[in-house]
Parts: sequence; C-alpha cells; structure tokens
Amino acid sequence: MDPNNGTTNQSFIIEGASCASCVSKIEKALNDVPGVELVEMNFAQRIVSVDGNVDSSVLIKTVQNIGYDAKLMSNESEQDALDEKAQADEAHYKKLMRNVYMALGLGVPLMLYGLFIGDMSVNSSTQRIVWLIVGLVTLGIMVASGKHFYVGAWQSFKNHSANMDTLIALGTGTAWVYSMIVLIAPDMLPEVARHVYFEASAMIIGLINLGLAFEVKARGRTSEAIKRLIGLQAKTARVIRNGQELDIAIEQVKLDDIIRVRPGEKLPVDGKITEGKSSVDESMLTGEPMPVSKSIGDKLVAGSLNKTGSMLFKATHVGKDTTLSHIINMVKRAQNSKPSIGRLADVISGYFVPIVMILAVLAGLAWLNFGPQPSIAYAIAAVTTVLIIACPCALGLATPMSVMVGIGKAAEAGILIRNGEALQTASKITTMILDKTGTITQGQPIVTDVVMYNQQTQDNIMPMIASLENGSEHPLAEAIVSYAKEQAYSLSQVNEFDAITGKGVTGMFQDQRLLFGNIALMQQFNIDVSEATEKAQALASDAKTPMYFALGDTFSAMVAVADPIKSDSIAAIKRLQKKGVHLVMLTGDNEATAKAVAKRVGIDDYIAQVLPQDKLDEVLKRQERGEVVGMTGDGINDAPALAQADVGFAIGTGTDVAIESADVTLMRGSLHGLADALAISQATIRNIKQNLVGAFVYNVAGIPIAAGVLYPFFGILLNPIVAGAAMAMSSLTVVSNANRLRLFKPQNH
Amino acid sequence: MLLINILGAVLIVAIVWWFWLYKPQQVEFSDNQVDIIVNDGVYQPSNIQVKAGQEVQLRFERIDAAPCAEMVIFPQLEISKELKIGKDNRVMLPALEKGEYDFHCQMQMYKGKLIAI
Repeated sequence: MDPNNGTTNQSFIIEGASCASCVSKIEKALNDVPGVELVEMNFAQRIVSVDGNVDSSVLIKTVQNIGYDAKLMSNESEQDALDEKAQADEAHYKKLMRNVYMALGLGVPLMLYGLFIGDMSVNSSTQRIVWLIVGLVTLGIMVASGKHFYVGAWQSFKNHSANMDTLIALGTGTAWVYSMIVLIAPDMLPEVARHVYFEASAMIIGLINLGLAFEVKARGRTSEAIKRLIGLQAKTARVIRNGQELDIAIEQVKLDDIIRVRPGEKLPVDGKITEGKSSVDESMLTGEPMPVSKSIGDKLVAGSLNKTGSMLFKATHVGKDTTLSHIINMVKRAQNSKPSIGRLADVISGYFVPIVMILAVLAGLAWLNFGPQPSIAYAIAAVTTVLIIACPCALGLATPMSVMVGIGKAAEAGILIRNGEALQTASKITTMILDKTGTITQGQPIVTDVVMYNQQTQDNIMPMIASLENGSEHPLAEAIVSYAKEQAYSLSQVNEFDAITGKGVTGMFQDQRLLFGNIALMQQFNIDVSEATEKAQALASDAKTPMYFALGDTFSAMVAVADPIKSDSIAAIKRLQKKGVHLVMLTGDNEATAKAVAKRVGIDDYIAQVLPQDKLDEVLKRQERGEVVGMTGDGINDAPALAQADVGFAIGTGTDVAIESADVTLMRGSLHGLADALAISQATIRNIKQNLVGAFVYNVAGIPIAAGVLYPFFGILLNPIVAGAAMAMSSLTVVSNANRLRLFKPQNH
Repeated sequence: MLLINILGAVLIVAIVWWFWLYKPQQVEFSDNQVDIIVNDGVYQPSNIQVKAGQEVQLRFERIDAAPCAEMVIFPQLEISKELKIGKDNRVMLPALEKGEYDFHCQMQMYKGKLIAI
C-alpha cells in the first residue's frame, strides 16, 4: 500500500461491461500485464483499481483490446474529494440542524411550561390524556430527530459494545419510559412521584444534535492546513509535444515532458529548468518567505509559484511522486497518528460506557435506598443525568484533534513531522546536537580574503590559482573557481597538474611552477611564508582556512576560504537556548575552525574532528546520561546519528528531501525551522494536555454531581437538561481548544 | 426494596457480562479479504478472524455520515485511513503475526478486532 517502491494505484472507469463475467475477463487481462501486482474490480461502480508499476495507457489499451473501454480516473481528485467532503459535511450539518429545530421546537415550550406555568405532575384524568398526547408526540420527535442514536445504540448492543449512542438512548429512553408509566399505570407510583419528563427527552436530543452540528463545523477547520496544501496543486500543465504547446490535465503529464510556465503560474510538477530563468516563491512548501531565483539546471517543485520570468522545464517527478504529493501524504498520515500521551485516554474510553452504565445503576439504587421521598422520582432523574452527562467523546477527541491541527500548523511553516510520537518527543528535548556544515553554516565554502605578497597583483595571480584549482576535485577548489568566474577572470590550461593528498596541488604554467595548498605544501617545497604567519593565525581564529600560493619559488598570495554561517543561525540558536535546550555542535573540521564558529554563534559545547561514527556515539553517550537528544543534520553521513537520536531533524533544502526518513524534516534551510518545530510541538502537547485534563475533570466531576453527591450537603441536583447541554458543550470545547492552536505563531524572534 | 436492590445487582452483573466477559462470535475470512460495513455506530462484521502470515485486504463501505465514522485506525499497526462515503475504501495490512489487532475510529466509538490465527 505504500507507494515507495514505484508501485502506484490507478483507478479506471470501465465502459461497456454489462455482465458479471466481464469482471473476471477484465481482471484477468489486466493481471496478465507485466508489472501489475493487484487488480480489483468493483462491478457495481464499474471501477477497476490497479496496483503496479505500469503506465496507464498500457492498461487502457489492454482493456480496449478485449472489447471494453477504460478511462483513467483523475488522481487530482484530492481536490474533488475535499469538495465532496465539504459538501457531505454541509449536508450532514443541515440534517443535524433540522433535528435540532424539531427537538427543541417541542422541548423548549415544554420546559418553559414546566418552569413558569404549571408543574408537570399528573393528578387528574384530563391531565393524563393531555400528557399522553404530548408523550406520543415526544416519541415521534425522538424517533424523527434522534433515530441515529437509537439505531446506533441497538446495533452496538447486539455487538456487545457500547458507545455514546448507548448512553443517549438509555438516558432519554429512561426519562420517556418512566413518564409513560406515570401516565399508564400511575397506581404503581406514590402520588408525589407522578411527574413526567418528556421535556428532558426532547431537550437532550435537541442539544446533543446541536453539539454534533457545531462539531462538524469545527472539525472542518482542523484540516485547513492539508486543504491549503492540496490547493497548491495545479490542475493543468502547458506541455510542449511535437513542437506544439498543449494545455493538458496534470495527471497526463509524463516524465521528461517539457513544460512551459509563465509568470504568476503555479508549477504543475517537479522538474529541472531547461530554458529561461525566474524567481520562484516556494514559501507554501518551505516556509521560506523570500522568493528563490532559479536558472537553467535548477530544480523546481510542484506547488511553488513562478513569479517573474517565463521558463521551460523538464518534468522529473509527476503524479504521486512529486514532493508536494509526498508532503500531502505524509502530513495526512501523521495527522492520524497518535502520540503516547493519549494512550491512557484510549484505554479509559474503551471501558468508559459500561462503567457509566454501572454508575447510573448504583446512583439509582442509592437514591431508592437512602433518598428522600419521592425516591423513585429522584432515582430516575439521577440515572438519566448520569447517563447523559458522561462524555466519552471528549476523551477520545482530546488527542487527535490537537495532533491534526499541530501537524498541519507545522507543515505550513515548512516543518514535516512524521508522526504524533515524534511531535511529543520533540517537545521534551533537553539536548540538541547540531551538525556544523550545512546546518549552522551554508555548507558551501566561499572565498573570503585574498592577500597579495611580494608586489603581486590580484588580477595577475588569481587567474593562475583558479586555472590550477580547476583540475582539483577538492571542495575548496570549487569555491576558488567560482570566485574567479564571478570576477570574470579567464582560465588557462595548466600542465603537469598533480594533487598532493592532504597538502594541495602543483602544476606548470608558462614554464613556471605553481604551488597552491596549505602550510605543509609550502614547507615541502621550502617556500618562506613567514611574513604571512600573523595574518594566517588571524584568519584561522575567524573560522577561515588560509591557503598559500607560490609562483616559482616566491610566496605570492594567501587566499582564505570559509563556509559562511547562515545569516539567521545566530538568532535561531539564541531562540533555542532561550527554550532551555542545551546545544552541542559537532564538526569534522579542525579545532580552530570549530572553536571560531562555535564562538561566533554562541555555542559553548562543541566537538571538532568528529568522524561520522563518532556522531552516533555522541548521541548514545548523552542518551545514557538520561538526556532527550535531538540531532539536526543535513548529510548522509548524519543518518546513523539522526536515526539513533530521540528525534532526528533533517535539514532539507526544500527541493531535495528525504521526507520519509527523518522524524522531522525542515524544508527550509534555516535553523529557525528547528526552533519553530520545538515551539509548535510544545504548544501542541500543551494543548493536548489541556484537552485531556479538561475531559478527565469534566467526567470525573460531572458524573458524581449528576449522581447527586452534592445533594446531601448542598441540596444540589443537576437537571438532566443541564447535563445534556454540558455534554454537548464538552466535545465542542475540545475541538475548539484544538482549533485555538491554529492561531499559534512560532516566530517570536 | 430488597427485590429492587437484587434487581440492580443483577443488572450490573449483566452489564459486566454482556459488554466485557462475553466473547462475541468471530467471522472467519480464510481468504483474508474482508468487506466491512460502517454504519449506525458499528463495524459489520467487527470480530474478524483472518489467517496470520498473509496480507489482509479490508474494504470499508462507509454509510454513516457522522464525522465519527470518517477515520479508521489500527493502533498496533500504525495505520489509519480516511473512509469516504460511497467510495471503495481499501486498507491493505501487511502479513500479520498471530494475535489480536484492534481497529477503531478516533473516538473509539466504532470498534472492531482482527484476530490473526
């Protein structure tokens, strides 16, 4: 079911299939196609669903060959499905509101009558007849607007399970049946207990329907984030095929198609620019507010917005393989996972309903045995109230609603959290290990200083250094070559190129020997660099790597290269430290560079010259000390440490992320994403705790009060109608509190 | 009064027995393909016996429009699936080890159990 191994699921509408035997014929034909793994045909809906790694056109052809026709059902139906769901929710809401009007239309007048005009006791035969009619009307209303409660209660009773419906049905049913006994066989009851409760039945049904209706509305809002992500998907793409530009549906875009995007258009699929340049707004995916400029060869992500230029690009990922689709899938899956904090509530809600039923029986018995007269009336009221006030839904909803909003909120900020458990653990992190290169720094070295010696000029020397380095594969060489290109120096051919491992490179240019490398290289060739010693130390203490250049036997230049610290790393690190998280920096670089970077960004605890396997040990060591360790890194060499850490944060650059592998993926390069991730997870867990505490307190306090424990001391006994209103409010409160998370703003820097 | 108290006690015992102690009948699906109807607060069937060591395909047909029914969760397997009304909602489970696997809605009002033997 996981489409990671290239397997996808495609559905087709089959036309021309009129008999059940067609089904097996079509299924067999499709099964015979190489690459098809699973074929399922739903004859009633004329839909066949195919799992496998096969192009849809091949499958359509196969169906056509045996005499039927097939049409690919669009997978962009995500959007349609959302619209459909919104419609279904709206219809459900209307239906619930109809129930509310009906039930309250009877319940409210009855209640007002009972409160202000007459009491609802039955003393004369006229009263009996009138109330009997009211009772039958009430029954009609209960069936019309509360049918789903009674049917649900009966169905689950048959299944030996009990749910919210059971409680509502029992509560309202008890009130109604008792009232009917009062009317039909009044002699069974003492005179003072001849009281009817029809208004309670009607009011409770109405109020609970009202609560459900509000809940439908509020629930819709919890999934706003995913709706926004799905809304990023373009519907069509302008593809160039055989020299013609065609607007086609996005599902029909194939790999390697050339696609044109114009300014202001959404990118339909992932790809690589082949012509033109533009700035692209990726903020909806990465949370990065600034548009990114892109030119030939750069990667594009579906769902981002092309701002300025027109360009052509080649599709590299289409359909369910785009980064956006992966994000949507992952967020959906994560939103439905539960952190362990909710587990206790799950266990409790599993036993909750039968316990409430037992408590109701016990409350009834207590009133009958010890209550004042008419004890039977008090007992009935207590039983009804206990059954109605208990709300297992609030307990069950407390966790998933907040997780849904929290994970969605994070996704909006470009933070992909894999599941609820990661969310919970992230909120408890005490130590955060940061990889230096690519995490704190940009990961791409640049030339920072060029110093000339012995009367040389930069225009003379730099082209030579760059020409020499052009042959090298060292990461620092890249920095020098691109620096030279920026300065528009032209490169020449260098002969007898040689790389001396760990030292530098040598070559011949116009009969002169060129040397470029570290101090060891200079020493090997007996070049005197003493006049640069002081400068070199200054550079090194500033996290820059000095390199020396000699022309012939003369030391001529020093070039410093550094991996610059990301512009917002210092601010983000301050935010993390403010949260009380202990930060540790790990790097494979030498002590001097590590020390300089750590000092610049304000981290006291750093470890230099760390090998990849040492990163893992470092995580383990701190875990053994009882710390909850987060690990943030960007490279493959961080993978073991990311996996071992309690929560692994992978810094992605938006386009190229291994979304499935890390616990948390930060789509934006900035460390602010990390601080945001911790802030969101803490806010979400706090929200869950509020919900859980609220739901527990509500039930733990509400049920005894409903049973009447306050009566002996204060004479307080809850009215069943109040219980109905409280119950309707309780799950609504949980959903609303979760919705409050939507307003949470992590960026407080 | 004594009679009423005895009646109450019997009722409590009946609740405990009916909802907790009674082992509901299991519906056996030897081909590991199960169609489940989601309506009126229950999964039908809800106690499902399947073969261990083989993939299981569950097909949920959701009729109930109430939001409670919209999600099915398999907590032990960390699988969840949104159930759409009137759609073919398929859940493929990996080959299960012998044992019991719960599935339920978010609020645990809908409940079911897979028994892999």
